[in-house]
Amino acid sequence: MSDTTRHDRLIGELAATLRPVRRLPPPWKRAAGWVVLVVAIGLGLLAVAGSDIVRHRLAANPDAWLAVLGSALTAPLAAYAAFQTSVPGRNPRWALLPVPAALLWVGASGFGCLRSWIAPPSRDAVEPRDCLVFIVCVSLPLAIALVLMLRRACPLRPGLTATLGGLASAAAAATLLNLFHPFDVAATDLAIHAVAIALVVLATRALGARALGSRTT
Amino acid sequence: MDGETVEARLAERMQAAQEGDAVAYRQLLRDCVPVIARTVRGLGLPPDRVEDVVQETLLTIHRARATYDPARPFLPWLRAIARRRAIDAARLTGRQGAREVHDPEAYEGYASDGDAASEAIERQDRARLVGEAVAALPAGQRQAVEHLALADRSLDEAAALTGRSKGALKVNLHRALKALRTRFGGGPGEDV
Repeated sequence: MSDTTRHDRLIGELAATLRPVRRLPPPWKRAAGWVVLVVAIGLGLLAVAGSDIVRHRLAANPDAWLAVLGSALTAPLAAYAAFQTSVPGRNPRWALLPVPAALLWVGASGFGCLRSWIAPPSRDAVEPRDCLVFIVCVSLPLAIALVLMLRRACPLRPGLTATLGGLASAAAAATLLNLFHPFDVAATDLAIHAVAIALVVLATRALGARALGSRTT
Repeated sequence: MDGETVEARLAERMQAAQEGDAVAYRQLLRDCVPVIARTVRGLGLPPDRVEDVVQETLLTIHRARATYDPARPFLPWLRAIARRRAIDAARLTGRQGAREVHDPEAYEGYASDGDAASEAIERQDRARLVGEAVAALPAGQRQAVEHLALADRSLDEAAALTGRSKGALKVNLHRALKALRTRFGGGPGEDV
Protein backbone atom coordinates (compact mmCIF):
# COMPACT_ATOMS: atom_id res chain seq x y z
CA MET A 1 0.00 0.00 0.00
CA SER A 2 1.48 3.41 -0.93
CA ASP A 3 2.04 5.97 1.81
CA THR A 4 -0.58 8.34 0.37
CA THR A 5 -3.19 5.56 0.29
CA ARG A 6 -2.24 4.56 3.84
CA HIS A 7 -2.70 8.14 5.06
CA ASP A 8 -5.94 8.56 3.11
CA ARG A 9 -7.29 5.37 4.60
CA LEU A 10 -6.42 6.40 8.17
CA ILE A 11 -7.78 9.92 7.60
CA GLY A 12 -11.00 8.39 6.25
CA GLU A 13 -11.33 6.14 9.31
CA LEU A 14 -10.61 8.98 11.75
CA ALA A 15 -13.10 11.28 10.02
CA ALA A 16 -15.72 8.52 10.05
CA THR A 17 -15.36 8.12 13.83
CA LEU A 18 -15.30 11.88 14.52
CA ARG A 19 -17.52 13.04 17.38
CA PRO A 20 -17.93 16.64 18.61
CA VAL A 21 -15.65 17.33 21.60
CA ARG A 22 -15.92 19.83 24.41
CA ARG A 23 -12.91 22.12 24.33
CA LEU A 24 -10.61 21.81 27.31
CA PRO A 25 -10.92 24.78 29.73
CA PRO A 26 -7.79 26.98 29.95
CA PRO A 27 -5.01 25.81 32.32
CA TRP A 28 -5.76 28.46 34.97
CA LYS A 29 -9.36 27.25 35.29
CA ARG A 30 -8.27 23.63 35.60
CA ALA A 31 -5.60 24.55 38.14
CA ALA A 32 -8.19 26.57 40.09
CA GLY A 33 -10.41 23.47 40.25
CA TRP A 34 -7.59 21.50 41.87
CA VAL A 35 -6.77 24.34 44.30
CA VAL A 36 -10.41 24.34 45.41
CA LEU A 37 -9.97 20.65 46.31
CA VAL A 38 -6.83 21.49 48.34
CA VAL A 39 -8.63 24.33 50.14
CA ALA A 40 -11.57 22.02 50.93
CA ILE A 41 -9.20 19.44 52.47
CA GLY A 42 -7.41 22.26 54.31
CA LEU A 43 -10.66 23.56 55.80
CA GLY A 44 -11.55 20.03 56.89
CA LEU A 45 -8.17 19.64 58.63
CA LEU A 46 -8.48 23.12 60.17
CA ALA A 47 -11.81 22.11 61.64
CA VAL A 48 -10.07 19.11 63.26
CA ALA A 49 -6.82 20.79 64.38
CA GLY A 50 -8.01 24.34 65.04
CA SER A 51 -5.86 27.39 64.36
CA ASP A 52 -4.08 27.48 67.76
CA ILE A 53 -0.98 25.60 66.60
CA VAL A 54 -0.39 27.91 63.63
CA ARG A 55 -1.00 31.04 65.73
CA HIS A 56 1.31 29.81 68.49
CA ARG A 57 4.10 29.09 66.01
CA LEU A 58 3.75 32.40 64.19
CA ALA A 59 3.65 34.35 67.44
CA ALA A 60 6.94 32.70 68.49
CA ASN A 61 8.62 33.13 65.06
CA PRO A 62 6.86 35.62 62.78
CA ASP A 63 9.29 34.88 59.93
CA ALA A 64 8.00 31.28 59.82
CA TRP A 65 5.39 32.73 57.50
CA LEU A 66 8.02 32.74 54.78
CA ALA A 67 8.29 28.95 54.72
CA VAL A 68 4.51 28.60 54.83
CA LEU A 69 4.14 31.21 52.09
CA GLY A 70 6.77 29.43 49.97
CA SER A 71 5.06 26.04 50.11
CA ALA A 72 1.60 27.62 49.79
CA LEU A 73 2.69 29.38 46.58
CA THR A 74 4.59 26.39 45.21
CA ALA A 75 1.43 24.24 45.19
CA PRO A 76 -0.80 26.33 42.87
CA LEU A 77 2.13 27.49 40.70
CA ALA A 78 3.35 23.92 40.15
CA ALA A 79 -0.23 22.81 39.42
CA TYR A 80 -0.65 25.65 36.90
CA ALA A 81 2.67 24.74 35.25
CA ALA A 82 1.57 21.09 35.08
CA PHE A 83 -1.66 22.06 33.32
CA GLN A 84 0.25 24.33 30.93
CA THR A 85 2.71 21.57 29.98
CA SER A 86 -0.17 19.14 29.46
CA VAL A 87 -1.31 21.11 26.39
CA PRO A 88 0.61 20.58 23.10
CA GLY A 89 2.43 23.65 21.82
CA ARG A 90 2.82 25.38 25.18
CA ASN A 91 6.31 26.46 26.16
CA PRO A 92 8.03 23.82 28.37
CA ARG A 93 9.66 26.70 30.28
CA TRP A 94 6.37 26.96 32.17
CA ALA A 95 7.97 24.20 34.29
CA LEU A 96 10.23 26.87 35.84
CA LEU A 97 7.25 28.82 37.21
CA PRO A 98 7.21 27.22 40.69
CA VAL A 99 11.02 27.38 41.12
CA PRO A 100 11.25 30.79 42.94
CA ALA A 101 8.47 29.83 45.38
CA ALA A 102 10.09 26.42 45.94
CA LEU A 103 13.43 28.13 46.67
CA LEU A 104 11.71 30.44 49.19
CA TRP A 105 10.11 27.39 50.81
CA VAL A 106 13.38 25.43 51.06
CA GLY A 107 15.42 28.48 52.09
CA ALA A 108 13.04 29.63 54.81
CA SER A 109 12.67 26.06 56.15
CA GLY A 110 16.46 25.82 56.29
CA PHE A 111 16.64 29.12 58.16
CA GLY A 112 14.09 27.87 60.70
CA CYS A 113 16.14 24.70 61.05
CA LEU A 114 19.29 26.74 61.70
CA ARG A 115 17.55 28.77 64.40
CA SER A 116 16.32 25.56 66.09
CA TRP A 117 19.89 24.33 66.07
CA ILE A 118 21.32 27.54 67.60
CA ALA A 119 18.54 28.07 70.15
CA PRO A 120 16.56 24.82 70.57
CA PRO A 121 12.97 25.63 71.58
CA SER A 122 11.08 23.65 74.21
CA ARG A 123 8.90 21.50 72.01
CA ASP A 124 6.08 19.02 72.19
CA ALA A 125 7.01 15.58 71.09
CA VAL A 126 5.93 14.97 67.51
CA GLU A 127 7.42 11.94 65.82
CA PRO A 128 9.17 12.89 62.57
CA ARG A 129 7.64 9.67 61.21
CA ASP A 130 4.18 11.21 61.69
CA CYS A 131 5.21 14.09 59.39
CA LEU A 132 6.24 11.60 56.70
CA VAL A 133 2.98 9.68 57.03
CA PHE A 134 0.99 12.94 56.95
CA ILE A 135 2.71 14.30 53.83
CA VAL A 136 2.42 11.00 51.96
CA CYS A 137 -1.21 10.35 52.98
CA VAL A 138 -2.42 13.89 52.16
CA SER A 139 -0.42 14.03 48.91
CA LEU A 140 -1.80 10.75 47.64
CA PRO A 141 -5.42 11.80 46.93
CA LEU A 142 -4.25 15.21 45.69
CA ALA A 143 -1.77 13.62 43.25
CA ILE A 144 -4.35 11.10 42.02
CA ALA A 145 -6.89 13.87 41.43
CA LEU A 146 -4.30 15.98 39.62
CA VAL A 147 -3.16 13.13 37.35
CA LEU A 148 -6.78 12.31 36.49
CA MET A 149 -7.38 15.97 35.60
CA LEU A 150 -4.16 16.11 33.56
CA ARG A 151 -5.17 12.98 31.64
CA ARG A 152 -7.96 14.96 30.01
CA ALA A 153 -5.30 16.88 28.07
CA CYS A 154 -2.46 15.46 26.00
CA PRO A 155 0.84 15.80 27.89
CA LEU A 156 3.59 15.33 25.32
CA ARG A 157 6.20 15.28 28.11
CA PRO A 158 4.42 13.03 30.61
CA GLY A 159 7.46 12.81 32.91
CA LEU A 160 7.76 16.58 33.27
CA THR A 161 4.02 17.09 33.72
CA ALA A 162 3.79 14.30 36.31
CA THR A 163 6.80 15.68 38.22
CA LEU A 164 5.15 19.11 38.43
CA GLY A 165 1.95 17.40 39.59
CA GLY A 166 3.91 15.57 42.29
CA LEU A 167 5.58 18.81 43.42
CA ALA A 168 2.19 20.57 43.61
CA SER A 169 0.70 17.75 45.70
CA ALA A 170 3.71 17.52 48.04
CA ALA A 171 3.80 21.32 48.50
CA ALA A 172 0.09 21.38 49.31
CA ALA A 173 0.51 18.57 51.85
CA ALA A 174 3.55 20.30 53.41
CA THR A 175 1.51 23.52 53.73
CA LEU A 176 -1.32 21.69 55.45
CA LEU A 177 1.19 19.98 57.78
CA ASN A 178 1.73 23.40 59.43
CA LEU A 179 -1.67 22.97 61.07
CA PHE A 180 -0.12 20.18 63.16
CA HIS A 181 3.50 21.39 63.45
CA PRO A 182 3.81 23.92 66.28
CA PHE A 183 7.58 24.55 66.02
CA ASP A 184 10.36 25.28 63.56
CA VAL A 185 11.70 22.24 61.84
CA ALA A 186 14.87 20.75 63.31
CA ALA A 187 17.46 19.12 61.07
CA THR A 188 15.88 15.65 61.48
CA ASP A 189 12.39 17.07 60.75
CA LEU A 190 13.71 18.85 57.68
CA ALA A 191 15.36 15.66 56.44
CA ILE A 192 12.16 13.68 56.99
CA HIS A 193 10.09 16.36 55.20
CA ALA A 194 12.55 16.33 52.30
CA VAL A 195 12.38 12.52 52.10
CA ALA A 196 8.57 12.59 52.15
CA ILE A 197 8.42 15.27 49.45
CA ALA A 198 10.98 13.47 47.29
CA LEU A 199 9.02 10.24 47.73
CA VAL A 200 5.80 11.88 46.60
CA VAL A 201 7.42 13.64 43.62
CA LEU A 202 9.26 10.51 42.45
CA ALA A 203 6.25 8.22 42.90
CA THR A 204 4.00 10.65 41.03
CA ARG A 205 6.59 10.93 38.28
CA ALA A 206 6.94 7.15 37.94
CA LEU A 207 3.25 6.23 38.13
CA GLY A 208 1.78 9.47 36.78
CA ALA A 209 4.05 9.53 33.72
CA ARG A 210 2.86 6.04 32.85
CA ALA A 211 -0.79 7.03 33.27
CA LEU A 212 -0.30 10.22 31.26
CA GLY A 213 1.90 8.55 28.63
CA SER A 214 -0.69 5.85 27.92
CA ARG A 215 -3.10 8.66 27.10
CA THR A 216 -0.84 10.20 24.48
CA THR A 217 1.05 7.40 22.74
CA MET B 1 -1.17 31.66 -0.37
CA ASP B 2 0.65 33.32 2.55
CA GLY B 3 1.38 31.76 5.91
CA GLU B 4 -1.26 33.72 7.79
CA THR B 5 -4.02 32.56 5.45
CA VAL B 6 -2.94 28.93 5.77
CA GLU B 7 -2.79 29.30 9.54
CA ALA B 8 -6.26 30.86 9.68
CA ARG B 9 -7.72 28.20 7.38
CA LEU B 10 -6.28 25.35 9.46
CA ALA B 11 -7.48 26.93 12.71
CA GLU B 12 -10.95 27.37 11.24
CA ARG B 13 -11.09 23.74 10.09
CA MET B 14 -9.93 22.46 13.46
CA GLN B 15 -12.59 24.52 15.18
CA ALA B 16 -15.19 23.00 12.83
CA ALA B 17 -13.76 19.53 13.52
CA GLN B 18 -14.13 20.08 17.26
CA GLU B 19 -17.79 20.73 16.58
CA GLY B 20 -18.07 17.44 14.66
CA ASP B 21 -17.67 18.57 11.01
CA ALA B 22 -16.16 15.44 9.37
CA VAL B 23 -15.63 17.09 5.96
CA ALA B 24 -13.56 19.91 7.48
CA TYR B 25 -11.70 17.38 9.59
CA ARG B 26 -10.80 15.19 6.63
CA GLN B 27 -9.51 18.25 4.76
CA LEU B 28 -7.60 19.46 7.79
CA LEU B 29 -5.83 16.12 8.26
CA ARG B 30 -4.90 16.01 4.56
CA ASP B 31 -3.45 19.53 4.87
CA CYS B 32 -1.54 18.43 7.98
CA VAL B 33 0.25 15.51 6.29
CA PRO B 34 2.87 17.57 4.37
CA VAL B 35 3.44 19.86 7.37
CA ILE B 36 4.04 16.85 9.64
CA ALA B 37 6.32 15.16 7.09
CA ARG B 38 8.37 18.35 6.71
CA THR B 39 8.70 18.78 10.48
CA VAL B 40 9.71 15.15 10.97
CA ARG B 41 12.24 15.17 8.14
CA GLY B 42 13.73 18.36 9.59
CA LEU B 43 14.54 16.43 12.76
CA GLY B 44 16.68 13.98 10.79
CA LEU B 45 14.53 10.87 11.22
CA PRO B 46 15.41 8.02 8.77
CA PRO B 47 13.24 8.34 5.62
CA ASP B 48 11.67 4.90 6.13
CA ARG B 49 10.26 6.01 9.51
CA VAL B 50 8.80 9.34 8.36
CA GLU B 51 5.49 7.93 7.10
CA ASP B 52 5.00 5.89 10.28
CA VAL B 53 5.49 9.05 12.35
CA VAL B 54 2.97 10.87 10.13
CA GLN B 55 0.42 8.15 10.99
CA GLU B 56 1.23 8.32 14.71
CA THR B 57 0.89 12.09 14.61
CA LEU B 58 -2.50 11.89 12.87
CA LEU B 59 -3.71 9.53 15.61
CA THR B 60 -2.42 11.88 18.33
CA ILE B 61 -4.15 14.84 16.67
CA HIS B 62 -7.37 12.84 16.79
CA ARG B 63 -6.98 12.07 20.50
CA ALA B 64 -5.77 15.56 21.43
CA ARG B 65 -8.23 17.59 19.36
CA ALA B 66 -10.07 18.84 22.45
CA THR B 67 -6.86 20.53 23.67
CA TYR B 68 -6.64 22.92 20.72
CA ASP B 69 -7.65 26.46 21.60
CA PRO B 70 -8.97 28.28 18.49
CA ALA B 71 -7.79 31.59 19.93
CA ARG B 72 -4.20 30.39 19.41
CA PRO B 73 -2.34 29.57 16.19
CA PHE B 74 -2.77 25.99 14.97
CA LEU B 75 0.67 25.27 13.50
CA PRO B 76 2.69 25.43 16.78
CA TRP B 77 0.17 23.00 18.29
CA LEU B 78 0.54 20.64 15.31
CA ARG B 79 4.32 20.89 15.13
CA ALA B 80 4.71 20.22 18.86
CA ILE B 81 2.82 16.94 18.43
CA ALA B 82 4.77 15.98 15.29
CA ARG B 83 8.10 16.73 16.98
CA ARG B 84 7.22 14.67 20.02
CA ARG B 85 6.12 11.68 17.92
CA ALA B 86 9.37 11.97 15.90
CA ILE B 87 11.45 11.99 19.10
CA ASP B 88 9.55 8.92 20.37
CA ALA B 89 10.22 7.15 17.05
CA ALA B 90 13.91 8.08 17.13
CA ARG B 91 14.22 6.69 20.67
CA LEU B 92 12.46 3.48 19.64
CA THR B 93 14.73 3.12 16.61
CA GLY B 94 17.78 3.62 18.84
CA ARG B 95 16.56 0.97 21.30
CA GLN B 96 15.79 -1.52 18.52
CA GLY B 97 19.17 -0.85 16.92
CA ALA B 98 20.87 -1.73 20.19
CA ARG B 99 18.90 -4.97 20.62
CA GLU B 100 18.35 -6.40 17.12
CA VAL B 101 20.78 -7.61 14.46
CA HIS B 102 20.03 -7.09 10.76
CA ASP B 103 21.26 -10.13 8.81
CA PRO B 104 19.31 -10.65 5.56
CA GLU B 105 21.70 -13.39 4.37
CA ALA B 106 21.01 -15.54 7.38
CA TYR B 107 17.28 -15.16 6.75
CA GLU B 108 17.61 -16.07 3.06
CA GLY B 109 19.87 -19.02 3.80
CA TYR B 110 17.59 -20.57 6.43
CA ALA B 111 16.39 -23.99 5.19
CA SER B 112 12.62 -24.45 5.31
CA ASP B 113 11.53 -27.81 6.71
CA GLY B 114 8.59 -29.29 4.76
CA ASP B 115 6.95 -29.18 1.38
CA ALA B 116 6.13 -25.61 0.29
CA ALA B 117 3.03 -26.53 -1.78
CA SER B 118 1.33 -28.63 0.88
CA GLU B 119 2.18 -26.00 3.47
CA ALA B 120 0.48 -23.34 1.35
CA ILE B 121 -2.71 -25.41 1.07
CA GLU B 122 -2.64 -26.07 4.80
CA ARG B 123 -2.19 -22.38 5.47
CA GLN B 124 -5.17 -21.52 3.25
CA ASP B 125 -7.34 -24.06 5.06
CA ARG B 126 -6.29 -22.72 8.43
CA ALA B 127 -6.96 -19.14 7.34
CA ARG B 128 -10.46 -20.08 6.09
CA LEU B 129 -11.32 -21.88 9.34
CA VAL B 130 -10.05 -19.03 11.47
CA GLY B 131 -11.92 -16.53 9.24
CA GLU B 132 -15.18 -18.42 9.78
CA ALA B 133 -14.59 -18.69 13.50
CA VAL B 134 -13.85 -14.95 13.79
CA ALA B 135 -16.97 -14.08 11.76
CA ALA B 136 -19.07 -16.08 14.21
CA LEU B 137 -17.84 -14.07 17.23
CA PRO B 138 -20.01 -11.34 18.84
CA ALA B 139 -19.46 -7.89 17.27
CA GLY B 140 -17.22 -6.46 20.04
CA GLN B 141 -14.97 -9.51 20.14
CA ARG B 142 -14.80 -9.66 16.34
CA GLN B 143 -13.74 -5.99 16.18
CA ALA B 144 -11.02 -6.59 18.77
CA VAL B 145 -9.61 -9.57 16.84
CA GLU B 146 -9.82 -7.78 13.48
CA HIS B 147 -8.07 -4.62 14.66
CA LEU B 148 -5.57 -5.98 17.17
CA ALA B 149 -4.71 -9.47 15.90
CA LEU B 150 -5.40 -9.44 12.16
CA ALA B 151 -4.72 -5.81 11.16
CA ASP B 152 -1.91 -5.67 13.76
CA ARG B 153 -2.98 -2.24 15.02
CA SER B 154 -1.88 -0.90 18.38
CA LEU B 155 -4.40 -0.63 21.22
CA ASP B 156 -4.45 3.14 20.77
CA GLU B 157 -5.17 2.95 17.06
CA ALA B 158 -7.89 0.35 17.61
CA ALA B 159 -9.43 2.45 20.40
CA ALA B 160 -9.43 5.55 18.19
CA LEU B 161 -11.00 3.71 15.28
CA THR B 162 -13.66 1.73 17.16
CA GLY B 163 -14.51 4.33 19.79
CA ARG B 164 -14.09 1.64 22.48
CA SER B 165 -11.81 2.00 25.50
CA LYS B 166 -8.48 0.18 25.54
CA GLY B 167 -9.68 -1.82 28.55
CA ALA B 168 -12.82 -2.96 26.69
CA LEU B 169 -10.72 -3.95 23.67
CA LYS B 170 -8.34 -6.00 25.83
CA VAL B 171 -11.25 -7.79 27.55
CA ASN B 172 -12.93 -8.48 24.19
CA LEU B 173 -9.70 -9.81 22.70
CA HIS B 174 -9.14 -12.04 25.70
CA ARG B 175 -12.69 -13.43 25.47
CA ALA B 176 -12.40 -13.88 21.71
CA LEU B 177 -9.14 -15.82 22.04
CA LYS B 178 -10.69 -17.99 24.74
CA ALA B 179 -13.70 -18.71 22.50
CA LEU B 180 -11.44 -19.51 19.55
CA ARG B 181 -9.29 -21.82 21.67
CA THR B 182 -12.40 -23.67 22.83
CA ARG B 183 -13.68 -23.90 19.26
CA PHE B 184 -10.42 -25.36 17.95
CA GLY B 185 -10.11 -27.72 20.90
CA GLY B 186 -6.93 -26.15 22.32
CA GLY B 187 -6.07 -25.96 26.02
CA PRO B 188 -6.14 -22.65 27.92
CA GLY B 189 -2.44 -21.98 27.39
CA GLU B 190 -2.21 -22.98 23.72
CA ASP B 191 -1.98 -20.60 20.82
CA VAL B 192 -4.85 -20.45 18.33
